Order: sequence, then C-alpha cells, then structure tokens
Amino acid sequence: MSIFNFFRAAPRASAVQAKERLQIVMAHERAGRSGPDYLPMLQQELLAVIAKYVNIDENKVEVKLDRGGDCSTLEVNIELPAREQAKAAAAAKAAEKPAGNDDAAAKRAAGNSGAKKRI
Amino acid sequence: MSKIIVMTSGKGGVGKTTSSAAFATGLALRGFKTVVIDFDVGLRNLDLVMGCERRVVFDFINVINGEAKLNQALIKDKRIENLYILPTSQTRDKDALTREGVEKVLNELSKEFDYILCDSPAGIERGALMSLYFADHAIIVTNPEVSSVRDSDRILGVLNSRSRRAEQGLEPVTQQLLLTRYDPERVEKGEMLKVDDVLEILAIPLLGVIPESQAVLRASNVGMPVILDEVSNAGLAYSDAVGRFLGEDIEHRFVTPQKKGLFSRLLRRSA
Repeated sequence: MSIFNFFRAAPRASAVQAKERLQIVMAHERAGRSGPDYLPMLQQELLAVIAKYVNIDENKVEVKLDRGGDCSTLEVNIELPAREQAKAAAAAKAAEKPAGNDDAAAKRAAGNSGAKKRI
Repeated sequence: MSKIIVMTSGKGGVGKTTSSAAFATGLALRGFKTVVIDFDVGLRNLDLVMGCERRVVFDFINVINGEAKLNQALIKDKRIENLYILPTSQTRDKDALTREGVEKVLNELSKEFDYILCDSPAGIERGALMSLYFADHAIIVTNPEVSSVRDSDRILGVLNSRSRRAEQGLEPVTQQLLLTRYDPERVEKGEMLKVDDVLEILAIPLLGVIPESQAVLRASNVGMPVILDEVSNAGLAYSDAVGRFLGEDIEHRFVTPQKKGLFSRLLRRSA
C-alpha cells in the first residue's frame, strides 16, 4: 500500500450502496403490495356505471391511488366528451373523436387506509 | 399437538435444505420427536444432505396418493433417536401436491411428532405455497446479499397473506430470520451487508447467524447434517439457533472477525 492511498478518500463501501438500493426498491414494492389488487376491477365497474349515462372514451380514464402517512387518496379522472360532439357521435355512430377538455370531470374519494407495511 | 415449522427463503441456493437438516437434527438431539419433510417435488435433495438417499423406497407423494402408508415412507435416521425424514418424489411435478393431501399427511404426523419441519423449495409457486400454508412458525433463510433479502421480503408478504393462519384470521405465523453464509471479515471491510442492516430492512427477529464455513460443504459431501460437526463454527451456530428457537437466551457468536494471533497472521501472509 502506498502512503498516498492513506490520504485518499475511501471509496463508498458497496454494502452501504446495497442497503440503500434495497431500502428504495422494497419501499416501492411493499407499497404496491398493500392493496391495489382491486383497482382494475374498481376502474371497470366505475366505467360501466358512467357509460350507462354518458358516452365516454375508455382511454380517457385515470385511476390513481396515492398513499400518504395517515390518509390515502383515490383519484378517479374521467374526461367527458363535449356535449355536441357526444350527440353527434351517438347519432351518427361515427368514430370516436377527441373530447373537449373543458368538460373534464374529476372525482375524488378519500380512503382512510394507512400505509401498511406488508399485506 | 405438534408444531409446524417452515424453512423458506424465496430465493434458491441460500441454504434452506442445509438449515432444515441441521435444525431438525438439533431439535431431535434435544429430545423432541421430529420429522423433516422435503417439499421440493421433482428436485429432491434433503435425502442426500441427510445421508439417507439409498433408503428411499416410498415418498411423500406416494403417501398423498394413497400408494403407500405413512410409516412405509418415513425414514428413521440412523444416527439420532427421534429423527425421521419424509423424502419427496424425484419423478413427479409440483401439481402432485394438493392442499387436502398435504393436510391429511400433516394431521397424521402431528399425532406422533413434536415438530414437523417443512423444507420449502425456492420460488413462490405451488411447492413453496404448500410448504408454508399450514405453518405455525417460519424460519426465513437469508444471505446478506441484495437479491436474497428482497426475495425474503417477498416471501414474508406471502406468509402474511396466503398462509392458513392469514386466510382464517388466526394469530399470524411467527417469523424469524436465519442469516446464513455470513462473512464477518467482508462485513468489516464494507463489502457485505451487516446483520443489523438486514434486520432493519426485513424487520423480523433474529434467530441466528450462520457464518460462511467450509464445514457445510464437507458435511453435505458425506451426508451428515452440519450441526453434528461440533467443532465447526457453522455447526455451533446452528446449535445456538435451535436453542434460541426453544426459548433459550443465547448470545450470538461468529458475527465479528475472529482475532488472529501474530503467528497465524504471519502464516497467512506467507501462504
């Protein structure tokens, strides 16, 4: 070992990196594990109900679950077509057109499930 | 009433079978009537590690299918009183394990044995799920290495959601960590995760730390559970772990580098 190595900063120990990487990836995986199995189903059923009354584009629906410390938020975003467009589309059974943004509706529902570690 | 233990890990090659053989032997050495079951259908190896591969006639799957009686398939260990091995089939696949079949065999075993130790296969498929489903206690075998730790966390999730105790809302399966292949010298150099790091990440109690040891390979070469090698660090560490499992208060050994005398240092340098 040369005397110069003594003064050089030690490289970051690989075990420290291992721990940090594990903590990040596992925090993510545990959050993903605890719950949202029902999300796709919920999304489909919500869509079915809304589709009964409004002509909607399935690709313009967004369901998101955010987990906070004490409170989790379920966010459902559905873009509704512009009124005239919708009527025209329904009457003519034409191909779907992009919907206007002004009519977009956002519905929010708050759940109270605290973030659990493992389920 | 017997207790059912599962030795599991998610990841393969971390020491489940070695640990199952050692642990079952340790329990039997302390006077408990113990049976160790191989759940790795199609990839049977517990028989080799226990040194009874030439005595296998009938297996676990034969018993499940009603092709053999339980005591025809049970192999009594030649060295230790109270120790039995239930080998698995080498030819069939995991689908041969049915929940009803496994339950029937476990019920029959629990009339006779104090401890039933289930040696899980790697993965989270049928064999692994069946081995953990009926468990009262889980021993999570983990290496101080990223993929093993991650898979252990995954299997803890499975235990908490898909075991019988979880499904029926009973008291959860107890979970303890067995950290194997631990190399204190590499830990000291910062090249390996520390015991405390793994404990912090997995957040389950520590059952034991088994040091990396050449004795493990030597023991499996000759078909002897490593716990019977009473001069090896690994054997002693397993023995301590069994004691802790039974509620004894035993301090952890082999977690720091062993001090070397001047003489062995000099010898090492010249080697």
